[in-house]
Amino acid sequence: MKIVVCIKQVPARDSQLRVAPSGAWIQDADLSYEINEPDAYALEEGLQLKEKHGGEVVVLCAGPARAAQTIREALAKGADRAIHIAEEDLGAFDPLGAARLLAAALAPEKPDLVLTGLQSDDLGYGQTGVILAELLGLPHATIIMQVEKQDGSIRVKRELEDGWFQHVEMPLPALLTIQSGINKLRYATLMGIKKAKNKEVRNVTAAGLGAGSTVPSIQLSRVYLPARSKQTQLFDGPPKEAAAKLVEKLKFEARVI
Amino acid sequence: MSILVVMEQRAVAGPPAWSRMSWETLSAGQQLAHELQQPVSAAVLGQGIAPLAAELADKKLDHVYVVEHELLKDYTPDTYTAAVRQLVEHTGASIVIFPHTYQVRDFLPKLATALGRVAVSDVVAYRIEDGKLVLVRQLFQGKLNVDVRFAGDPPYFASLQAGAYRADKIESGSAPVETFTPQLSPSRTKPLELFREAQRAVDLTAAEIIVSVGRGIKEADNIPVVQKLADALGAELAASRPICDSGWLPMERQVGSSGQTVAPKMYIAVGISGAIQHLVGMKGSKTIVAINKDANAPIFEVADYGIVGDLFQVVPALVEEIKKAKG
Repeated sequence: MKIVVCIKQVPARDSQLRVAPSGAWIQDADLSYEINEPDAYALEEGLQLKEKHGGEVVVLCAGPARAAQTIREALAKGADRAIHIAEEDLGAFDPLGAARLLAAALAPEKPDLVLTGLQSDDLGYGQTGVILAELLGLPHATIIMQVEKQDGSIRVKRELEDGWFQHVEMPLPALLTIQSGINKLRYATLMGIKKAKNKEVRNVTAAGLGAGSTVPSIQLSRVYLPARSKQTQLFDGPPKEAAAKLVEKLKFEARVI
Repeated sequence: MSILVVMEQRAVAGPPAWSRMSWETLSAGQQLAHELQQPVSAAVLGQGIAPLAAELADKKLDHVYVVEHELLKDYTPDTYTAAVRQLVEHTGASIVIFPHTYQVRDFLPKLATALGRVAVSDVVAYRIEDGKLVLVRQLFQGKLNVDVRFAGDPPYFASLQAGAYRADKIESGSAPVETFTPQLSPSRTKPLELFREAQRAVDLTAAEIIVSVGRGIKEADNIPVVQKLADALGAELAASRPICDSGWLPMERQVGSSGQTVAPKMYIAVGISGAIQHLVGMKGSKTIVAINKDANAPIFEVADYGIVGDLFQVVPALVEEIKKAKG
Protein backbone atom coordinates (compact mmCIF):
# COMPACT_ATOMS: atom_id res chain seq x y z
CA MET A 1 0.00 0.00 0.00
CA LYS A 2 1.38 3.41 -0.95
CA ILE A 3 0.52 5.91 1.75
CA VAL A 4 1.09 9.66 1.65
CA VAL A 5 0.94 11.43 5.02
CA CYS A 6 0.49 15.22 4.97
CA ILE A 7 2.18 16.92 7.91
CA LYS A 8 2.45 20.51 9.04
CA GLN A 9 4.97 22.26 11.23
CA VAL A 10 3.38 24.48 13.91
CA PRO A 11 4.61 26.53 16.90
CA ALA A 12 5.41 24.30 19.89
CA ARG A 13 2.48 23.75 22.22
CA ASP A 14 3.73 25.67 25.22
CA SER A 15 4.80 28.71 23.16
CA GLN A 16 4.11 32.10 24.69
CA LEU A 17 2.31 33.73 21.80
CA ARG A 18 2.44 37.45 21.17
CA VAL A 19 0.50 39.30 18.53
CA ALA A 20 2.71 41.05 15.96
CA PRO A 21 2.57 44.88 15.99
CA SER A 22 0.77 44.76 12.62
CA GLY A 23 -2.01 42.71 14.25
CA ALA A 24 -2.01 40.47 11.20
CA TRP A 25 -0.31 37.44 12.77
CA ILE A 26 1.83 36.42 15.74
CA GLN A 27 5.48 37.31 16.33
CA ASP A 28 6.98 34.11 15.03
CA ALA A 29 10.69 34.92 14.79
CA ASP A 30 11.79 33.46 18.13
CA LEU A 31 9.35 30.55 18.43
CA SER A 32 10.30 26.91 18.39
CA TYR A 33 8.38 24.55 16.14
CA GLU A 34 7.20 20.96 16.12
CA ILE A 35 5.02 18.59 14.12
CA ASN A 36 1.30 19.33 14.40
CA GLU A 37 0.09 16.79 16.97
CA PRO A 38 -2.77 15.12 15.01
CA ASP A 39 -0.35 14.83 12.07
CA ALA A 40 2.06 12.90 14.30
CA TYR A 41 -0.75 10.38 14.90
CA ALA A 42 -1.49 10.27 11.14
CA LEU A 43 2.19 9.52 10.48
CA GLU A 44 2.20 6.78 13.12
CA GLU A 45 -0.93 5.24 11.57
CA GLY A 46 0.74 5.27 8.16
CA LEU A 47 3.85 3.58 9.55
CA GLN A 48 1.79 0.90 11.31
CA LEU A 49 -0.26 0.19 8.16
CA LYS A 50 2.95 -0.18 6.18
CA GLU A 51 4.38 -2.56 8.77
CA LYS A 52 1.24 -4.70 8.54
CA HIS A 53 0.59 -4.61 4.81
CA GLY A 54 3.89 -3.56 3.20
CA GLY A 55 4.34 -0.65 0.83
CA GLU A 56 5.72 2.83 1.21
CA VAL A 57 5.11 5.89 3.40
CA VAL A 58 5.75 9.25 1.75
CA VAL A 59 5.65 12.42 3.86
CA LEU A 60 4.33 15.59 2.24
CA CYS A 61 4.86 18.95 3.91
CA ALA A 62 4.29 22.52 2.74
CA GLY A 63 6.20 25.13 4.68
CA PRO A 64 9.25 27.37 4.91
CA ALA A 65 12.87 26.17 5.15
CA ARG A 66 12.53 25.49 8.92
CA ALA A 67 9.99 22.71 8.13
CA ALA A 68 12.95 20.60 6.93
CA GLN A 69 13.62 19.72 10.58
CA THR A 70 10.09 18.31 11.08
CA ILE A 71 10.41 16.38 7.82
CA ARG A 72 13.72 14.85 8.99
CA GLU A 73 12.06 13.74 12.22
CA ALA A 74 9.28 12.02 10.25
CA LEU A 75 11.90 10.22 8.15
CA ALA A 76 13.75 9.22 11.33
CA LYS A 77 10.55 7.64 12.65
CA GLY A 78 10.37 5.47 9.55
CA ALA A 79 8.84 7.32 6.58
CA ASP A 80 10.57 6.24 3.36
CA ARG A 81 10.90 9.57 1.60
CA ALA A 82 9.52 13.09 1.63
CA ILE A 83 8.30 15.92 -0.56
CA HIS A 84 8.85 19.43 0.76
CA ILE A 85 6.81 22.17 -0.89
CA ALA A 86 9.09 25.08 -0.06
CA GLU A 87 6.86 28.06 0.56
CA GLU A 88 8.03 30.85 2.84
CA ASP A 89 4.68 32.54 3.21
CA LEU A 90 1.95 29.97 3.68
CA GLY A 91 -0.12 32.75 5.24
CA ALA A 92 -0.83 34.02 1.74
CA PHE A 93 -2.81 30.84 1.05
CA ASP A 94 -6.30 30.18 2.36
CA PRO A 95 -7.19 26.53 3.13
CA LEU A 96 -8.27 25.94 -0.47
CA GLY A 97 -5.03 27.47 -1.81
CA ALA A 98 -2.91 25.39 0.59
CA ALA A 99 -4.80 22.22 -0.32
CA ARG A 100 -4.29 22.99 -4.03
CA LEU A 101 -0.54 23.06 -3.38
CA LEU A 102 -0.68 19.69 -1.63
CA ALA A 103 -2.96 18.24 -4.32
CA ALA A 104 -0.56 19.28 -7.10
CA ALA A 105 2.30 17.46 -5.38
CA LEU A 106 0.15 14.47 -4.42
CA ALA A 107 -1.64 13.65 -7.65
CA PRO A 108 1.39 12.28 -9.57
CA GLU A 109 2.20 9.99 -6.61
CA LYS A 110 -1.05 8.05 -7.15
CA PRO A 111 -1.25 6.87 -3.54
CA ASP A 112 -3.65 4.20 -2.27
CA LEU A 113 -4.25 6.11 0.91
CA VAL A 114 -3.76 9.75 1.98
CA LEU A 115 -3.65 10.56 5.69
CA THR A 116 -3.76 13.96 7.39
CA GLY A 117 -4.28 15.06 10.98
CA LEU A 118 -7.86 16.18 11.62
CA GLN A 119 -6.84 19.80 12.19
CA SER A 120 -3.83 22.00 12.77
CA ASP A 121 -2.95 23.36 16.18
CA ASP A 122 -2.27 26.84 14.76
CA LEU A 123 -5.03 27.84 12.31
CA GLY A 124 -7.31 24.97 13.31
CA TYR A 125 -9.64 25.10 10.30
CA GLY A 126 -9.94 21.31 10.30
CA GLN A 127 -10.55 21.46 6.57
CA THR A 128 -7.36 20.73 4.62
CA GLY A 129 -7.88 16.95 4.45
CA VAL A 130 -11.48 17.15 3.26
CA ILE A 131 -10.69 19.87 0.70
CA LEU A 132 -7.79 17.75 -0.54
CA ALA A 133 -10.08 14.72 -0.96
CA GLU A 134 -12.49 16.80 -3.05
CA LEU A 135 -9.66 18.21 -5.20
CA LEU A 136 -8.26 14.71 -5.79
CA GLY A 137 -11.70 13.19 -6.34
CA LEU A 138 -11.22 10.71 -3.47
CA PRO A 139 -13.78 9.38 -0.98
CA HIS A 140 -12.95 10.41 2.58
CA ALA A 141 -13.83 10.11 6.23
CA THR A 142 -12.84 12.37 9.11
CA ILE A 143 -11.87 12.12 12.79
CA ILE A 144 -10.78 8.50 12.45
CA MET A 145 -9.90 6.33 15.45
CA GLN A 146 -9.19 3.01 13.69
CA VAL A 147 -8.20 1.86 10.20
CA GLU A 148 -8.59 -1.70 8.91
CA LYS A 149 -7.44 -2.61 5.43
CA GLN A 150 -9.62 -5.01 3.51
CA ASP A 151 -9.34 -6.29 -0.05
CA GLY A 152 -9.31 -3.10 -2.16
CA SER A 153 -11.14 -1.17 0.51
CA ILE A 154 -10.85 0.07 4.08
CA ARG A 155 -13.12 -0.01 7.09
CA VAL A 156 -12.65 2.86 9.54
CA LYS A 157 -14.03 3.92 12.90
CA ARG A 158 -15.27 7.51 12.89
CA GLU A 159 -15.59 9.43 16.13
CA LEU A 160 -18.88 11.29 16.71
CA GLU A 161 -20.14 13.43 19.58
CA ASP A 162 -20.94 12.22 23.10
CA GLY A 163 -18.98 8.99 22.98
CA TRP A 164 -20.64 7.66 19.79
CA PHE A 165 -18.74 6.04 16.94
CA GLN A 166 -19.57 4.79 13.48
CA HIS A 167 -17.94 2.27 11.18
CA VAL A 168 -17.61 3.38 7.56
CA GLU A 169 -16.35 1.41 4.56
CA MET A 170 -14.93 2.87 1.39
CA PRO A 171 -12.95 1.79 -1.67
CA LEU A 172 -9.27 2.68 -2.12
CA PRO A 173 -7.78 5.09 -2.98
CA ALA A 174 -9.21 7.21 -0.20
CA LEU A 175 -8.32 10.00 2.24
CA LEU A 176 -8.67 9.90 6.03
CA THR A 177 -8.21 12.62 8.64
CA ILE A 178 -6.80 11.09 11.81
CA GLN A 179 -7.79 11.91 15.40
CA SER A 180 -5.20 12.23 18.16
CA GLY A 181 -5.07 9.15 20.36
CA ILE A 182 -5.74 6.61 17.57
CA ASN A 183 -2.42 4.90 18.35
CA LYS A 184 0.65 5.19 20.51
CA LEU A 185 3.34 7.44 19.06
CA ARG A 186 6.82 6.01 18.63
CA TYR A 187 10.11 7.75 19.22
CA ALA A 188 12.76 7.86 16.55
CA THR A 189 15.56 5.39 17.24
CA LEU A 190 19.22 6.25 16.93
CA MET A 191 19.39 3.97 13.89
CA GLY A 192 16.33 5.72 12.45
CA ILE A 193 17.93 9.12 12.87
CA LYS A 194 21.08 7.88 11.12
CA LYS A 195 19.13 6.35 8.23
CA ALA A 196 17.04 9.48 7.78
CA LYS A 197 20.13 11.39 6.64
CA ASN A 198 20.25 9.35 3.43
CA LYS A 199 16.55 9.36 2.66
CA GLU A 200 15.22 11.33 -0.28
CA VAL A 201 13.68 14.75 0.33
CA ARG A 202 12.42 16.23 -2.92
CA ASN A 203 12.11 20.00 -2.82
CA VAL A 204 9.47 21.56 -5.02
CA THR A 205 8.02 25.07 -5.20
CA ALA A 206 4.51 26.34 -5.57
CA ALA A 207 5.44 27.85 -8.94
CA GLY A 208 7.06 24.57 -10.01
CA LEU A 209 3.84 22.75 -9.18
CA GLY A 210 1.86 25.24 -11.24
CA ALA A 211 -0.15 26.11 -8.15
CA GLY A 212 0.92 29.62 -7.18
CA SER A 213 -1.19 31.57 -4.72
CA THR A 214 -4.59 32.48 -6.08
CA VAL A 215 -6.92 35.17 -4.81
CA PRO A 216 -7.99 33.96 -1.34
CA SER A 217 -11.72 33.71 -0.69
CA ILE A 218 -11.37 34.49 3.01
CA GLN A 219 -9.13 37.05 4.68
CA LEU A 220 -7.79 37.15 8.23
CA SER A 221 -8.05 40.80 9.18
CA ARG A 222 -6.92 41.01 12.82
CA VAL A 223 -5.44 38.72 15.46
CA TYR A 224 -6.01 39.54 19.14
CA LEU A 225 -6.29 38.15 22.65
CA PRO A 226 -9.84 36.96 23.40
CA ALA A 227 -11.87 38.99 25.90
CA ARG A 228 -12.76 37.25 29.12
CA SER A 229 -16.40 36.30 29.47
CA LYS A 230 -16.12 36.19 33.25
CA GLN A 231 -14.32 38.39 35.76
CA THR A 232 -11.81 35.91 37.11
CA GLN A 233 -10.55 36.47 40.65
CA LEU A 234 -6.88 35.63 40.46
CA PHE A 235 -4.85 34.81 43.57
CA ASP A 236 -1.13 35.24 43.60
CA GLY A 237 1.76 35.22 46.00
CA PRO A 238 3.51 32.12 47.31
CA PRO A 239 1.55 28.90 46.59
CA LYS A 240 0.52 28.44 50.22
CA GLU A 241 -0.86 31.97 50.46
CA ALA A 242 -2.67 31.78 47.12
CA ALA A 243 -4.15 28.41 48.06
CA ALA A 244 -5.38 29.77 51.40
CA LYS A 245 -7.07 32.76 49.71
CA LEU A 246 -8.71 30.49 47.15
CA VAL A 247 -10.03 28.08 49.78
CA GLU A 248 -11.50 30.98 51.76
CA LYS A 249 -13.41 32.16 48.68
CA LEU A 250 -14.56 28.65 47.87
CA LYS A 251 -15.82 28.20 51.40
CA PHE A 252 -17.43 31.57 52.13
CA GLU A 253 -18.25 33.07 48.71
CA ALA A 254 -18.91 30.16 46.34
CA ARG A 255 -19.90 27.92 49.28
CA VAL A 256 -18.74 24.78 47.54
CA ILE A 257 -16.50 23.41 50.29
CA MET B 1 -29.53 38.03 -0.92
CA SER B 2 -30.75 35.65 1.74
CA ILE B 3 -29.56 33.51 4.63
CA LEU B 4 -29.96 29.75 4.81
CA VAL B 5 -29.55 27.74 8.02
CA VAL B 6 -28.84 24.05 7.44
CA MET B 7 -30.13 22.19 10.49
CA GLU B 8 -28.86 18.77 11.57
CA GLN B 9 -30.81 15.69 12.54
CA ARG B 10 -29.68 12.18 13.31
CA ALA B 11 -31.49 8.93 14.03
CA VAL B 12 -29.37 7.33 16.74
CA ALA B 13 -31.75 5.09 18.65
CA GLY B 14 -35.24 5.81 17.35
CA PRO B 15 -36.72 8.30 14.90
CA PRO B 16 -34.74 11.26 13.51
CA ALA B 17 -34.02 13.84 16.23
CA TRP B 18 -32.45 17.29 16.17
CA SER B 19 -28.87 17.97 17.00
CA ARG B 20 -29.41 20.58 19.71
CA MET B 21 -26.68 22.84 18.34
CA SER B 22 -28.88 23.38 15.28
CA TRP B 23 -31.23 25.59 17.33
CA GLU B 24 -28.36 27.83 18.37
CA THR B 25 -27.43 28.17 14.70
CA LEU B 26 -31.04 28.95 13.81
CA SER B 27 -31.07 31.64 16.49
CA ALA B 28 -27.89 33.14 15.06
CA GLY B 29 -29.43 32.99 11.57
CA GLN B 30 -32.49 34.95 12.70
CA GLN B 31 -30.34 37.53 14.44
CA LEU B 32 -28.08 37.90 11.41
CA ALA B 33 -31.10 38.23 9.12
CA HIS B 34 -32.45 41.01 11.31
CA GLU B 35 -29.16 42.91 11.30
CA LEU B 36 -28.56 42.50 7.57
CA GLN B 37 -32.24 43.05 6.71
CA GLN B 38 -32.34 39.85 4.72
CA PRO B 39 -34.78 36.94 4.67
CA VAL B 40 -33.73 33.77 6.49
CA SER B 41 -34.78 30.20 5.70
CA ALA B 42 -33.97 26.86 7.27
CA ALA B 43 -33.45 23.42 5.78
CA VAL B 44 -33.40 19.89 7.11
CA LEU B 45 -32.09 16.87 5.18
CA GLY B 46 -32.97 13.20 5.57
CA GLN B 47 -35.73 10.70 5.06
CA GLY B 48 -38.98 10.61 7.05
CA ILE B 49 -38.33 14.05 8.52
CA ALA B 50 -41.76 15.64 8.09
CA PRO B 51 -42.28 15.82 11.89
CA LEU B 52 -39.04 17.79 12.23
CA ALA B 53 -40.07 20.15 9.43
CA ALA B 54 -43.32 20.81 11.28
CA GLU B 55 -41.29 22.04 14.26
CA LEU B 56 -39.53 24.52 12.01
CA ALA B 57 -42.75 25.76 10.40
CA ASP B 58 -43.77 27.72 13.51
CA LYS B 59 -40.56 29.70 13.63
CA LYS B 60 -40.05 33.15 12.16
CA LEU B 61 -38.59 32.04 8.83
CA ASP B 62 -39.07 32.95 5.19
CA HIS B 63 -39.11 29.31 4.09
CA VAL B 64 -38.60 25.83 5.48
CA TYR B 65 -36.98 23.42 3.03
CA VAL B 66 -37.47 19.71 3.56
CA VAL B 67 -34.79 17.92 1.58
CA GLU B 68 -36.05 14.34 1.35
CA HIS B 69 -34.37 11.44 -0.41
CA GLU B 70 -33.83 7.79 0.41
CA LEU B 71 -30.09 8.30 -0.09
CA LEU B 72 -30.15 10.91 2.70
CA LYS B 73 -31.46 8.44 5.29
CA ASP B 74 -27.97 7.81 6.63
CA TYR B 75 -25.42 10.59 6.42
CA THR B 76 -22.65 10.31 3.83
CA PRO B 77 -20.37 13.16 2.68
CA ASP B 78 -21.12 12.47 -1.00
CA THR B 79 -24.92 12.62 -0.77
CA TYR B 80 -25.08 15.47 1.75
CA THR B 81 -22.65 17.58 -0.27
CA ALA B 82 -24.64 17.04 -3.47
CA ALA B 83 -27.97 17.72 -1.76
CA VAL B 84 -26.91 20.94 0.00
CA ARG B 85 -25.16 22.18 -3.12
CA GLN B 86 -28.35 21.75 -5.16
CA LEU B 87 -30.39 23.41 -2.43
CA VAL B 88 -28.03 26.39 -2.27
CA GLU B 89 -28.28 26.78 -6.04
CA HIS B 90 -32.07 26.38 -5.89
CA THR B 91 -32.54 28.99 -3.16
CA GLY B 92 -29.81 31.38 -4.30
CA ALA B 93 -28.81 31.84 -0.65
CA SER B 94 -25.84 34.15 -0.17
CA ILE B 95 -24.92 33.17 3.41
CA VAL B 96 -25.24 29.53 4.42
CA ILE B 97 -24.63 28.62 8.07
CA PHE B 98 -24.31 25.28 9.83
CA PRO B 99 -23.82 24.07 13.42
CA HIS B 100 -20.14 23.09 13.87
CA THR B 101 -20.84 19.39 14.45
CA TYR B 102 -18.69 16.38 13.59
CA GLN B 103 -20.99 15.75 10.61
CA VAL B 104 -20.63 19.29 9.29
CA ARG B 105 -16.86 19.09 9.73
CA ASP B 106 -17.02 15.99 7.52
CA PHE B 107 -18.78 17.54 4.51
CA LEU B 108 -18.81 21.35 4.65
CA PRO B 109 -15.22 21.78 3.36
CA LYS B 110 -16.08 19.43 0.48
CA LEU B 111 -19.20 21.44 -0.36
CA ALA B 112 -17.37 24.77 -0.26
CA THR B 113 -14.55 23.38 -2.42
CA ALA B 114 -17.01 22.03 -4.98
CA LEU B 115 -18.25 25.63 -5.35
CA GLY B 116 -14.75 27.14 -5.33
CA ARG B 117 -15.26 28.71 -1.90
CA VAL B 118 -13.71 28.40 1.58
CA ALA B 119 -15.96 27.85 4.57
CA VAL B 120 -15.15 29.66 7.80
CA SER B 121 -15.28 26.87 10.37
CA ASP B 122 -15.75 26.94 14.13
CA VAL B 123 -17.10 30.50 14.39
CA VAL B 124 -17.60 31.78 17.97
CA ALA B 125 -19.09 35.22 17.22
CA TYR B 126 -19.92 37.59 14.42
CA ARG B 127 -20.54 41.28 13.92
CA ILE B 128 -21.52 43.56 11.06
CA GLU B 129 -19.02 46.23 10.07
CA ASP B 130 -19.90 48.68 7.27
CA GLY B 131 -22.64 46.29 6.17
CA LYS B 132 -20.10 43.47 5.85
CA LEU B 133 -20.05 40.28 7.88
CA VAL B 134 -17.04 39.80 10.16
CA LEU B 135 -16.68 36.34 11.72
CA VAL B 136 -14.64 35.61 14.84
CA ARG B 137 -12.87 32.29 15.22
CA GLN B 138 -10.11 30.95 17.41
CA LEU B 139 -6.48 30.27 16.66
CA PHE B 140 -3.90 28.22 18.55
CA GLN B 141 -6.44 26.14 20.48
CA GLY B 142 -8.22 29.20 21.81
CA LYS B 143 -5.17 31.24 22.84
CA LEU B 144 -5.95 33.92 20.25
CA ASN B 145 -8.94 35.13 18.26
CA VAL B 146 -9.00 36.26 14.67
CA ASP B 147 -11.48 38.32 12.64
CA VAL B 148 -12.25 36.77 9.28
CA ARG B 149 -13.95 38.38 6.29
CA PHE B 150 -15.21 36.85 3.10
CA ALA B 151 -13.61 38.01 -0.12
CA GLY B 152 -15.04 37.38 -3.57
CA ASP B 153 -18.61 36.56 -4.44
CA PRO B 154 -21.23 34.68 -2.41
CA PRO B 155 -22.38 32.11 -1.47
CA TYR B 156 -20.48 32.34 1.82
CA PHE B 157 -20.30 29.35 4.15
CA ALA B 158 -19.71 29.20 7.90
CA SER B 159 -20.13 26.74 10.78
CA LEU B 160 -20.95 28.00 14.29
CA GLN B 161 -19.46 26.56 17.47
CA ALA B 162 -21.72 25.38 20.31
CA GLY B 163 -22.53 27.89 23.00
CA ALA B 164 -22.01 30.97 20.81
CA TYR B 165 -25.73 31.71 20.37
CA ARG B 166 -28.76 31.12 22.53
CA ALA B 167 -31.44 28.73 21.33
CA ASP B 168 -33.98 30.26 23.75
CA LYS B 169 -33.96 33.49 21.74
CA ILE B 170 -35.54 31.92 18.65
CA GLU B 171 -38.49 33.95 17.36
CA SER B 172 -41.76 32.23 16.58
CA GLY B 173 -43.77 32.82 13.44
CA SER B 174 -45.15 30.90 10.56
CA ALA B 175 -43.21 29.62 7.57
CA PRO B 176 -44.28 27.85 4.39
CA VAL B 177 -42.79 24.37 4.02
CA GLU B 178 -41.33 23.45 0.63
CA THR B 179 -40.17 19.94 -0.23
CA PHE B 180 -36.99 19.85 -2.29
CA THR B 181 -35.94 16.61 -3.97
CA PRO B 182 -32.27 16.57 -4.99
CA GLN B 183 -30.80 14.42 -7.78
CA LEU B 184 -28.42 12.03 -6.04
CA SER B 185 -26.14 9.14 -6.93
CA PRO B 186 -25.13 6.50 -4.38
CA SER B 187 -22.27 7.42 -2.08
CA ARG B 188 -18.78 5.96 -2.44
CA THR B 189 -18.51 5.59 1.33
CA LYS B 190 -20.78 3.10 3.03
CA PRO B 191 -21.96 4.10 6.50
CA LEU B 192 -22.38 1.18 8.92
CA GLU B 193 -23.76 0.98 12.44
CA LEU B 194 -23.54 3.67 15.11
CA PHE B 195 -22.27 2.36 18.41
CA ARG B 196 -20.89 3.26 21.80
CA GLU B 197 -17.96 1.55 23.46
CA ALA B 198 -18.51 -0.58 26.55
CA GLN B 199 -20.94 0.93 29.07
CA ARG B 200 -19.49 3.83 30.98
CA ALA B 201 -18.58 2.79 34.46
CA VAL B 202 -18.07 6.40 35.50
CA ASP B 203 -20.93 8.87 35.23
CA LEU B 204 -19.19 12.21 35.60
CA THR B 205 -22.48 14.05 35.08
CA ALA B 206 -23.62 12.90 38.54
CA ALA B 207 -20.56 14.34 40.32
CA GLU B 208 -21.00 17.47 42.46
CA ILE B 209 -17.32 18.35 42.29
CA ILE B 210 -14.91 17.44 39.52
CA VAL B 211 -11.13 17.81 39.56
CA SER B 212 -9.93 17.68 35.98
CA VAL B 213 -6.36 17.33 34.81
CA GLY B 214 -4.63 18.30 31.56
CA ARG B 215 -1.27 18.29 29.83
CA GLY B 216 0.30 20.36 32.59
CA ILE B 217 0.61 17.20 34.67
CA LYS B 218 3.46 16.21 32.32
CA GLU B 219 3.53 12.45 32.96
CA ALA B 220 1.40 9.53 34.11
CA ASP B 221 3.40 9.15 37.32
CA ASN B 222 2.21 12.59 38.44
CA ILE B 223 -1.50 11.70 38.40
CA PRO B 224 -1.50 11.05 42.20
CA VAL B 225 -0.83 14.79 42.69
CA VAL B 226 -4.34 15.61 41.43
CA GLN B 227 -5.89 12.41 42.78
CA LYS B 228 -5.04 13.72 46.28
CA LEU B 229 -6.90 16.94 45.51
CA ALA B 230 -9.92 14.98 44.29
CA ASP B 231 -9.82 12.81 47.42
CA ALA B 232 -9.61 15.83 49.72
CA LEU B 233 -12.75 17.28 48.09
CA GLY B 234 -14.64 14.02 47.63
CA ALA B 235 -14.55 14.79 43.91
CA GLU B 236 -14.47 12.67 40.77
CA LEU B 237 -11.23 12.82 38.81
CA ALA B 238 -11.61 13.75 35.14
CA ALA B 239 -9.28 14.78 32.33
CA SER B 240 -8.91 16.64 29.07
CA ARG B 241 -8.53 14.64 25.91
CA PRO B 242 -4.71 14.39 25.64
CA ILE B 243 -4.51 12.71 29.05
CA CYS B 244 -6.94 9.99 27.94
CA ASP B 245 -5.28 9.72 24.51
CA SER B 246 -2.02 8.95 26.29
CA GLY B 247 -3.75 6.31 28.41
CA TRP B 248 -2.93 8.07 31.70
CA LEU B 249 -6.61 8.00 32.67
CA PRO B 250 -9.37 5.90 31.05
CA MET B 251 -11.37 7.43 28.16
CA GLU B 252 -14.53 7.32 30.28
CA ARG B 253 -13.09 10.13 32.42
CA GLN B 254 -12.75 12.51 29.49
CA VAL B 255 -14.61 15.84 29.56
CA GLY B 256 -15.20 17.69 26.30
CA SER B 257 -16.91 17.46 22.93
CA SER B 258 -15.80 13.88 22.38
CA GLY B 259 -16.22 12.89 26.04
CA GLN B 260 -18.80 13.77 28.67
CA THR B 261 -20.50 17.14 29.09
CA VAL B 262 -20.66 18.09 32.76
CA ALA B 263 -22.06 20.92 34.87
CA PRO B 264 -21.07 20.23 38.49
CA LYS B 265 -21.23 22.66 41.41
CA MET B 266 -17.48 23.06 41.15
CA TYR B 267 -15.03 22.20 38.37
CA ILE B 268 -11.33 22.54 39.11
CA ALA B 269 -9.20 22.54 35.95
CA VAL B 270 -5.59 21.70 36.74
CA GLY B 271 -3.00 22.20 34.00
CA ILE B 272 -5.71 22.45 31.33
CA SER B 273 -5.19 25.24 28.82
CA GLY B 274 -8.83 25.23 27.75
CA ALA B 275 -9.17 24.42 24.04
CA ILE B 276 -12.72 24.98 22.82
CA GLN B 277 -13.30 21.20 22.60
CA HIS B 278 -12.75 21.03 26.35
CA LEU B 279 -14.61 24.23 27.25
CA VAL B 280 -17.85 23.12 25.55
CA GLY B 281 -17.86 20.12 27.89
CA MET B 282 -17.57 22.03 31.18
CA LYS B 283 -18.35 25.73 30.86
CA GLY B 284 -21.84 25.18 32.28
CA SER B 285 -20.27 24.36 35.67
CA LYS B 286 -21.47 26.59 38.49
CA THR B 287 -18.07 27.50 39.87
CA ILE B 288 -14.96 27.09 37.79
CA VAL B 289 -11.46 27.15 39.26
CA ALA B 290 -8.37 27.11 37.05
CA ILE B 291 -4.78 26.41 38.01
CA ASN B 292 -2.35 27.01 35.16
CA LYS B 293 1.15 28.36 34.68
CA ASP B 294 0.14 30.41 31.62
CA ALA B 295 -1.82 33.53 32.58
CA ASN B 296 -3.07 33.77 28.99
CA ALA B 297 -4.45 30.22 28.91
CA PRO B 298 -8.03 30.35 27.57
CA ILE B 299 -9.29 28.41 30.60
CA PHE B 300 -9.07 31.69 32.56
CA GLU B 301 -11.68 33.16 30.21
CA VAL B 302 -14.34 30.99 31.81
CA ALA B 303 -12.88 30.66 35.33
CA ASP B 304 -14.43 32.32 38.39
CA TYR B 305 -11.27 31.80 40.43
CA GLY B 306 -7.75 31.14 39.35
CA ILE B 307 -4.19 30.68 40.45
CA VAL B 308 -1.43 31.34 37.95
CA GLY B 309 1.42 29.12 39.01
CA ASP B 310 3.18 25.78 39.00
CA LEU B 311 0.57 23.12 39.72
CA PHE B 312 3.17 20.93 41.43
CA GLN B 313 3.49 23.60 44.13
CA VAL B 314 -0.06 24.96 44.10
CA VAL B 315 -2.00 21.68 44.24
CA PRO B 316 -0.28 20.21 47.34
CA ALA B 317 -0.71 23.57 49.11
CA LEU B 318 -4.38 23.56 48.13
CA VAL B 319 -4.85 20.03 49.50
CA GLU B 320 -3.43 21.17 52.85
CA GLU B 321 -5.68 24.25 52.99
CA ILE B 322 -8.78 22.23 52.04
CA LYS B 323 -8.06 19.70 54.78
CA LYS B 324 -7.71 22.58 57.26
CA ALA B 325 -10.94 24.23 56.07
CA LYS B 326 -12.85 20.97 56.32
CA GLY B 327 -11.45 20.46 59.80
